[in-house]
Amino acid sequence: MDFSRINNKNKNTGKDIVTFNKKKFRFSDWFAEKVIKAVAFLSIAVVILIFIFVFREAFPIFKMDKKTSASTVTLVQESYGGSGTENSTVKKADNQVNNSNIINATDEKPSATLLSNTWMPVSDKPRFGLWPLFLGTLKVTLIALLFAAPISIMAAIYTAMFAKPRVREIIKPVIELLAGFPSVVIGFFALMVMATVFQNIFGYASRLNAFVGGIAMGLAAIPIIYTLTEDALTAVPKTFIEASLGLGASRRQTAFYVVLPAAVPGIFAAVVLGLGRIFGETMIALMATGNAAMISMNPFDSVRTLSATIGAEMAEVVFGDTHYNVLFLIGSLLFIFTFALNAVAEFYFKNLVIRRYQSKK
Amino acid sequence: MNNIKVKVKDLSLRYGTNLALKNITMDIPEKMVTAFIGPSGCGKSTFLRTLNRMNDLIDNVTIEGEVYIDNINIYDKNIDVVNLRKKVGMIFQKSNPFAKSVYENIAFGPRINGISQKSVLDEIVERSLKQAAIWDEVKDRLFNSALSLSGGQQQRICIARSLAVNPDIILMDEPASALDPISTAKIEELIHELKQDYTIIIVTHNMQQAARTSDLTALFYMGDLVEMNKTEIIFSNPAKKQTEDYISGRFG
Amino acid sequence: MNRNVKDTIFEGLTGISVLLIIFIIVSILAITIVGGWPNLNWTFLSEFPKDGMTKGGIFPAIVGTAVMTIIMAIAAVPFGVITAIYLAEYASEKSVIAKIIRFAVKTLAVVPSIIFGLFGLGFFIGFIGKNMDGLLNGGELRWGQPNILWASLTMALLTLPVVIVSVEEAIRTIPREMREASLALGATKWQTIRKVVLPGSVSGILTGTILAVSRGAGEVAPILFTGAAYFLSNLPHSLSDQFMSLGYHIYIMSTQSSNVDATQPIQFATTLVLLLLTFSLNAVAVTLRYRIRKKAK
Repeated sequence: MDFSRINNKNKNTGKDIVTFNKKKFRFSDWFAEKVIKAVAFLSIAVVILIFIFVFREAFPIFKMDKKTSASTVTLVQESYGGSGTENSTVKKADNQVNNSNIINATDEKPSATLLSNTWMPVSDKPRFGLWPLFLGTLKVTLIALLFAAPISIMAAIYTAMFAKPRVREIIKPVIELLAGFPSVVIGFFALMVMATVFQNIFGYASRLNAFVGGIAMGLAAIPIIYTLTEDALTAVPKTFIEASLGLGASRRQTAFYVVLPAAVPGIFAAVVLGLGRIFGETMIALMATGNAAMISMNPFDSVRTLSATIGAEMAEVVFGDTHYNVLFLIGSLLFIFTFALNAVAEFYFKNLVIRRYQSKK
Repeated sequence: MNNIKVKVKDLSLRYGTNLALKNITMDIPEKMVTAFIGPSGCGKSTFLRTLNRMNDLIDNVTIEGEVYIDNINIYDKNIDVVNLRKKVGMIFQKSNPFAKSVYENIAFGPRINGISQKSVLDEIVERSLKQAAIWDEVKDRLFNSALSLSGGQQQRICIARSLAVNPDIILMDEPASALDPISTAKIEELIHELKQDYTIIIVTHNMQQAARTSDLTALFYMGDLVEMNKTEIIFSNPAKKQTEDYISGRFG
Repeated sequence: MNRNVKDTIFEGLTGISVLLIIFIIVSILAITIVGGWPNLNWTFLSEFPKDGMTKGGIFPAIVGTAVMTIIMAIAAVPFGVITAIYLAEYASEKSVIAKIIRFAVKTLAVVPSIIFGLFGLGFFIGFIGKNMDGLLNGGELRWGQPNILWASLTMALLTLPVVIVSVEEAIRTIPREMREASLALGATKWQTIRKVVLPGSVSGILTGTILAVSRGAGEVAPILFTGAAYFLSNLPHSLSDQFMSLGYHIYIMSTQSSNVDATQPIQFATTLVLLLLTFSLNAVAVTLRYRIRKKAK
């Protein structure tokens, strides 16, 4: 830049330094844009990498059936747990089992046991039956949802429809603080306090069970369902509400016949995302459900969920072992399921909401 | 009449499929004040924003036709839009100083042009504020936040900020619409001063303002340029019935 | 039933739901404080665990958590901020790529944290670490096992959406007029972002960082098998060392320690420390965010 131009008060005599008839290449702008675009792709890359790497480690189970590729499975004898060396003996045993499994593939194939009723991964004849885990997860999820969904939706209705503005400004952040409680803290609370209290009330046999775990997981889902429901309720146009109230309807009637119907897709999306949170919750499941893989319909029996199984056993398995692969298979299933839930909440419900409010533009 | 500074040829603009400007053709002379008037939604602001390619920022906008500034078509694909905007400054309807000190607001333009020498910056800041007739009001609080000033002062800070990059043309999009009458008078007085050195194009919905400040006036209606002529002719003896109706307040 | 009675009952039920949730929150806080407070003192915070973790303090877990979240933030914040800039400033509303990126971010936000753990194990340790060992250490095991670096990076992926969402929200509160003012002065897009947009979103970046740190400090599942250790007699010396973490410590002490009952005071006190940490971080973030939203209105 020519300073004389800037100081020059008579603009007519000054030379034109700034010209725009030719595109100027600005390195910093070009570079910044390239970097920003490249980095933004990272999120996509991470999702794809998660897909690839979680599925990749699960894949050998199916390969093993075709005996040809059994030799490609590499066995590495190290621990991948944080727990140090105290279980090395178990691992050696494991490893031998695994070796024999592959060598005498005439035995029951590990993948064939996936649909059996027994989850017994560490034994002479390991069985990887997923049904007890599925059932356990289902039970806990159902209990959690039956607890969390109604209470969160009711609380959201109170916040959006009945609370005075000043009260609302207190309630909302307080409930949202629950989202900041680490799940290990909720799990600890369930383990130490809720388990005992519930046992005293209901008098059941096993202290840690699907019920305690379900309620505790429900606590983790409450802030999600509450916040999203509240958003859905307040997104209902004010004019609808005013029209209803203006016609002499009470706030309850307005809530029931005007606001709730209009907010249904948003509330469903909230519940679906809460479901995803419950389904994948690991620490609370590990700490509060008792972790016994059994087939039972009793809500007061101990259960073992899919995610808790990964959390509990991954630290003890051998890299590349069948057990290791099965745990990754469970991970893949969890991933597919939450991915699908998110996709449904994102596309289906969002489009519903958009259609409801914006179609009559 | 002075030299032609801006020459617009057959300019049309669409928002999506909606035609917002229809085949506008006009010449804007150098170092004069040209006012665009018309009812709201007539396209006058949109048209103003085509002159420094501010509409580029909006998705969905397609522009056909040519705009020549100093005989260079600014819609040519080789044009450097960044440098174009240094030559064609813009003042907005709502004063928009940055949340920085008065000094930093004015120094923003010079700084992005790579000037960092304190003495040079000081001089530019002082000169620009003097040109914008606000130096006396703010010289003792150059380092206070520009947001602490009144609305009228903020708008003049914005004008000073624009002057600091030394434009040839200043586009003003209803610069006084949010201001009280006294501040408005100051802005109008300032426009009168500035036209010694700059080509000024002002959009206003206030016909008295157009009559007071401008040398030429163009009336827009529904995306069409209805009529453009010397201001005194537009207001006393318009060629078109539509202009007369608008001037006399029969529509708009 | 009379309409007024129905109205009262319904409003009462919704109000009770709110009270119940608040009651639970307060109970968790109160019980943790009552259980943990007596044992919470300077020695507890500054000492290593002793006597097979039945006595002593949690110093290495505090340090481990702090170091892990710092490395995590160093990795997650720049990437999060840049992605947010892309979404708010570069991507057009209709761009398919932006939609896919947005969907990917949301997916990352809902993927169960244990899956991140699996990914960390499969990708960072099994793939990157193993290959690093092959290239740098001649196959000797160093990076191909759990450590604080892999745990932090795993956690960074988990907290990336938290940063992105906060920063994008803050960027969007900056009025369009500010960007236009800058561009009309002949600033380039990048100059506008650097000098107008980013300074205006500092509080949003701060909020995102705090929320991410708070989330990362509390999560356990992703680090179960990517770097957290049961007990270490030393603080981590390098990025290839394992570390102790507060959350993992609570889990281990309450479920797997040799004498769960005897160590209850330690468990409660550790929980209190973790809760105080995440709680205060969240309180700061919520207040900051609330202010940003108010300013936007």
